[in-house]
Amino acid sequence: MKTSNKIIRASALIIPLLLVVAFLICATPILQPKYITASPEGSLTAEYYDAVKETKHDVLFIGDCEVYESFVPAVLWEEYGISSYVRGGAQQLVWHSYYMLEDALRYETPKIVVFNVLALKYGEPQKEAYNRLALDGMEWSETKVGAIKASMTEEESFTSYVWPFLRYHSRWNQLTAEDFKYAFSDKPTVSDSGYLMQTDIVPATEGQETPRPLVDYTLPKAAMEYLDRITKLCGEKNMELILIKAPTNALAYHWYDEWDEQILAYAAKNGLAYYNFIPHAEEMGLDMSTDTYDKGVHLNVYGAEKLTRYFGKILAEEHHAPDRRQDVELSRVWNRRVAAYNERKTQMASVSQSKINP
Amino acid sequence: MSFTSAAFLIFAALTLLVYYTVPKRGQWIVLLVASFLFYWAAGGGYLPFIAVTILSTWLCALGIRRRDRLDEAYLAEHKADMTKEERKAFKNGAKKKKRPYLVGGLVFNFAILGVLKYTGFVLGGVNDLLSLFGDVSVTVPSLILPLGISYYIFRSTAYLIDVYWGKTEAEGNIAKYALFVSFFPAVLQGPISRHKDLAPQFFTPHKAEWSNLTEGGLRVLWGFFKKMVVADTAMIAVKMIVSSPTKLTGMYVLFLIILYSAVIYGDFTGGIDMTIGLSRMMGLRLAENFDHPFSSHSTQEYWNRWHMTMGSYFTDYVFNPLSISGPMKKLSKWSREKLGKTVGMRVPVYLATLITWFLTGLWHGASWNFIVWGLLNGAVILISRELAPLYAKFHKRFPGLREKAVYGGFCALRTFFLMGSIRILDCYRDVPVTFKAFGSIFYDFASWGDLAGGKFLHMLGLELWQCVVIALATVVVFLVCHRSKTKPVLTEISERPWLLGGVCALLIVIILIFGSYGIGFDAGDFIYQTQF
Repeated sequence: MKTSNKIIRASALIIPLLLVVAFLICATPILQPKYITASPEGSLTAEYYDAVKETKHDVLFIGDCEVYESFVPAVLWEEYGISSYVRGGAQQLVWHSYYMLEDALRYETPKIVVFNVLALKYGEPQKEAYNRLALDGMEWSETKVGAIKASMTEEESFTSYVWPFLRYHSRWNQLTAEDFKYAFSDKPTVSDSGYLMQTDIVPATEGQETPRPLVDYTLPKAAMEYLDRITKLCGEKNMELILIKAPTNALAYHWYDEWDEQILAYAAKNGLAYYNFIPHAEEMGLDMSTDTYDKGVHLNVYGAEKLTRYFGKILAEEHHAPDRRQDVELSRVWNRRVAAYNERKTQMASVSQSKINP
Repeated sequence: MSFTSAAFLIFAALTLLVYYTVPKRGQWIVLLVASFLFYWAAGGGYLPFIAVTILSTWLCALGIRRRDRLDEAYLAEHKADMTKEERKAFKNGAKKKKRPYLVGGLVFNFAILGVLKYTGFVLGGVNDLLSLFGDVSVTVPSLILPLGISYYIFRSTAYLIDVYWGKTEAEGNIAKYALFVSFFPAVLQGPISRHKDLAPQFFTPHKAEWSNLTEGGLRVLWGFFKKMVVADTAMIAVKMIVSSPTKLTGMYVLFLIILYSAVIYGDFTGGIDMTIGLSRMMGLRLAENFDHPFSSHSTQEYWNRWHMTMGSYFTDYVFNPLSISGPMKKLSKWSREKLGKTVGMRVPVYLATLITWFLTGLWHGASWNFIVWGLLNGAVILISRELAPLYAKFHKRFPGLREKAVYGGFCALRTFFLMGSIRILDCYRDVPVTFKAFGSIFYDFASWGDLAGGKFLHMLGLELWQCVVIALATVVVFLVCHRSKTKPVLTEISERPWLLGGVCALLIVIILIFGSYGIGFDAGDFIYQTQF
């Protein structure tokens, strides 16, 4: 066969296949969820990278929804001059938190790490969807590889994290204008330094129902091992680790006294501070008829601000979180963040109000 | 390592690369190493079992060859001194001498298959019986079931019988024989190739030829399309219907018959396409396993077109030997004498047919569902045979009807639904549930309102787009199969480079976008792999 024929034959196969590759490269960002209107929690992990390039943080919050719905870095700055960031995620399990911290250490070394302990009740990966929300936005590094391996449920494959098309291929019939608009351009931020704002008010309705008793109250070994790793990492990097439990204690996510005792013992053993805010809810002025957006499961912005002020005082006075308001450059960044926070709060509050009085 | 996994694709690509890079005389060694690596990846614990089968059948075949050579040498030396009768007697004696090797090899290997695959079923049945007499039971041991055991035992026992019959040469090199038994594209779901057809191809040098690579590659892609777009998507609805046998009745069962036909066709032929395609890329031609089965006009024809290598195994090694065996001849004689010619001549045929189909059912799976499935197939074939004079009479009355396309379509549809109805025994948990579900088509068809109100799709667990995908993909498969009757469409496409490139690109995009894989699916599960 002539060489020219061979070239034509090879081209006839290679060119369409290259077109397929090009199509798949373009299709992947379109098909990936944008996490803006729906499940904005999925944007939290990725938003950190732009923020940390802008400025470093002295306090880093890690944990589940009880951190990204409870602590407002803009308030910490305004009230105490503390530069902080919330690296929380929807049902962020303890290994997620560990790797979020390890990932953050690639960019900065905060002075204080605050970890919310509720997720310690889970000893194994729960739902693939939460893994995706936590890990899709993480930048590729050895840490991300470790995070994926530690988090995957049995039905997941590592390949689908490397090439998300394999996970989201069937989203083609759910695509919205948002998917095309932000496939190749920057997305608007959904959080304020990791705080995901909620302005609705849906009062808690639960009475004094007794939580369901458990067969075994021992916190899972796998979870405690990761807590050990977090403790160790903080020790190695000379960061102070503070354990907290957010003040919400809805029946569905009840924090048992037996768990609390174990955390108290762990904190004492490792010389850590532990604050369980549940008994201090009244003291900080929380009113679950106005300060929650989902019947007491999470705080809304009004509750979160109260908690943040309360905890900010502790951070400043007892843990000596530095007041950086004299730093001109940092103040410029934070003033912009605070303004953005206030603007979002005004807009969202007006939307919430319009739901009540349409 | 499933065929549809990324790991397998990388493994196959690397094997091909090494296969065409090493000196040609070493190609079979590459395949042998790859086959054992593949089987080891499927489960390291399975390796001793396949090794025992390889070793035992190889040794028995060598024993037969040794006896053959001794007897041939004796015959060559003494032929002139022997009378015709003496030679015949000598040959019979020789046959008897080598028979222990055959029987030993067969009994040993089928015993392995029987113990590993059927112990649970048999002891489960024993426990059911014992439960009638009170709270007594025997412990059912949990035994390992090596993947593809039914296939590799069939392949190796067919080899042993062929050596005994003198249809193939016994292989002296155990490594070469091991490759024939364990050849990785075919080890899990066939086709059940014969030694004389396949083995010589392994040891012939193969150049990387464009036609083999492209036609084979296209066939692999076509297999992926059938498996992941048709079978796995339709499987969603099949699982839904089967999981609610009391709720999803009547009309849903009718749909199950259609959908499960699409599932089993897409799944099994898709897997075989991948096997044959990959082998073709290596320059190897495997036996075809399907020949447009859903165009069959009768059950007999269907079984000549569906899973053909299994069908020929049972015909050649079970039905034919059984039909002409001594006891069957005696039975034939006895029944003709006692029951008359008309009934008597049918007894051995009926018995051989039903035994063959009983074993076919049993081979398909260790459960009553498969046994009943096999016996029903046998019964339908026998009934068809009995009705043959009636059909002949009918066609005499309406000459020319056979040639009409409409009549052909009717016959194909009738066979499709008949086979499909029996096939749903694969799906339901037991025989009574299956019969009850099937019966509901006639007495509890449900309201057509389910169809109009969108409830139907909801109950099937499908979205509208998935139904459209299943329907369009099935039409494409049907058209390609129909056109391939005259000239294989895949061959036609692979002969035109630009068309080939376009079709490959399109198939890849369709499979990746519309294929059922990822969370909630296990595209790696092939029905004919997990079952056997």
